[in-house]
Amino acid sequence: MLAVEIFTTRQNPAIDPSLAIWNWEIPVYLFLGGLVAGLLVVGALMELYWPERWERRLSRASAGLGIALLSLGMVALFLDLANKIHVYRFYLAFRPTSPMSWGAWILLVAYPAMALWLLASLDAEWLDEALRKRFPWPRLGARFASWLGRGQGFVERHRRRVLYVTASVGVGLGIYTGVLLQTLVARPLWNSALLGPLFLASGVSAGAAFLLLIAKSDAAKAMLLRWDIAALSIELVLLGLFLVDRMSGAQSERAAVSLLTSGPYTGAFFGLVLLLGILVPLWLERRELSGAAHSRFMVPALVLLGGIALRTILVAAGQTSITGLF
Amino acid sequence: MAKRYAMAMDTRLCVGCTACVLACKTENNVPDGYTRDWVEEVVSGTFPTLQLELRSNRCQHCDNAPCVSACPTGASYIGPGGVVLVNADKCTGCKACIASCPYNARFVHPKGHVDKCTFCTHRTAKGKQPACVTVCPTSALVFGDRNDPDSSISQLLRSRRYKRANVEAGTKPNMFFLI
Repeated sequence: MLAVEIFTTRQNPAIDPSLAIWNWEIPVYLFLGGLVAGLLVVGALMELYWPERWERRLSRASAGLGIALLSLGMVALFLDLANKIHVYRFYLAFRPTSPMSWGAWILLVAYPAMALWLLASLDAEWLDEALRKRFPWPRLGARFASWLGRGQGFVERHRRRVLYVTASVGVGLGIYTGVLLQTLVARPLWNSALLGPLFLASGVSAGAAFLLLIAKSDAAKAMLLRWDIAALSIELVLLGLFLVDRMSGAQSERAAVSLLTSGPYTGAFFGLVLLLGILVPLWLERRELSGAAHSRFMVPALVLLGGIALRTILVAAGQTSITGLF
Repeated sequence: MAKRYAMAMDTRLCVGCTACVLACKTENNVPDGYTRDWVEEVVSGTFPTLQLELRSNRCQHCDNAPCVSACPTGASYIGPGGVVLVNADKCTGCKACIASCPYNARFVHPKGHVDKCTFCTHRTAKGKQPACVTVCPTSALVFGDRNDPDSSISQLLRSRRYKRANVEAGTKPNMFFLI
């Protein structure tokens, strides 16, 4: 048998023996970004097209939690930076060839969209009273109340536009987290255009599952279950296509996907992502729709677990994959 | 015509002494435990008919550099002579360039920015050769302008067979391994 052995004197930390530059921070950010994308897509589209089966408080929760969770994700992203003091550099340049640059600017668009949506979802009287009576500085509170009241009037007039923008930002945010990995040409596990849609589907399923924890009305719960079933089913198909795509690729792509199918990540990939993260929740949700009762935390917990596992495994395995050995 | 710097590495002359590695570390003050260039030993074949190839390797200063495309701030850029460089003042240490490099030629400097081979631009700007080239005891390393037909590297690339690393990544590398 022809054998090739390569020895190298290079021993750079986090580069050799195989790449390990991204640890927990990046998968956590990709997960939170996907989850927020899901909250925006599901929440905005429900409010646009099925308002009678929706709760205003769910829009409020989507926008408010979206801001909080995306900020948490950005903290994770910041923690990953090796040169934290230069973080402002992201906003002194726009590099169209760099998805990370796109992402930095998408995040900047996401905040105003979520803030406007949150403003539109808040109860006008409650907001006015809270600011005028409970704000520690009454005169400032009154001024805020009048500003926000005017803001609410503006958002109310453009409600549909705000919702369209919010849903579009959600789609952009969800897809970009996958494209970010896809364009890093040296890592054959990631170089699939299916990664963007896969991460979006996974994000939407996580968003719908997360809202299931908060929904009160049966109508909203049933709609969220349908959203989650649709998103998980699409995710399942995309995951299958992703594996086929890699398995039918060049030698380096086949070697890369074997990390998932017959390598160190196989157990976690099939057990956590496929079985516990997609198949079991799908089955439980089907049963729940047909009337079977079970713990309301089970499905969301499993879907969220599957979402974080998918990104953790892909980020870890993808780094160790490399385009050809020379 | 604009200069296009490249390096040819004669695998028939290299003895794997790592003088290039040490010269680079000294010249560029590369921190302990890190390296901008390195030596690879590739053993192939079936015992007892084995063959050994030695090569000195580093950043390939690609024409189509994925690290430059992946950089969100413009810190990674193509400098004079087509040399791929990092502006430490713009680098956030996001590591996208490291993930995009098929040669694993980059690393995070302990100061936080990404670091790599510069083809010793501070020397070549003064007409000197890169540090690794000057110390090579077998003259296995040849540096020069590929756009100048009379340069030693152009003549070598015309007269010798060569291979380049991971060409399937589409990076158009400028390290030529003479075979």
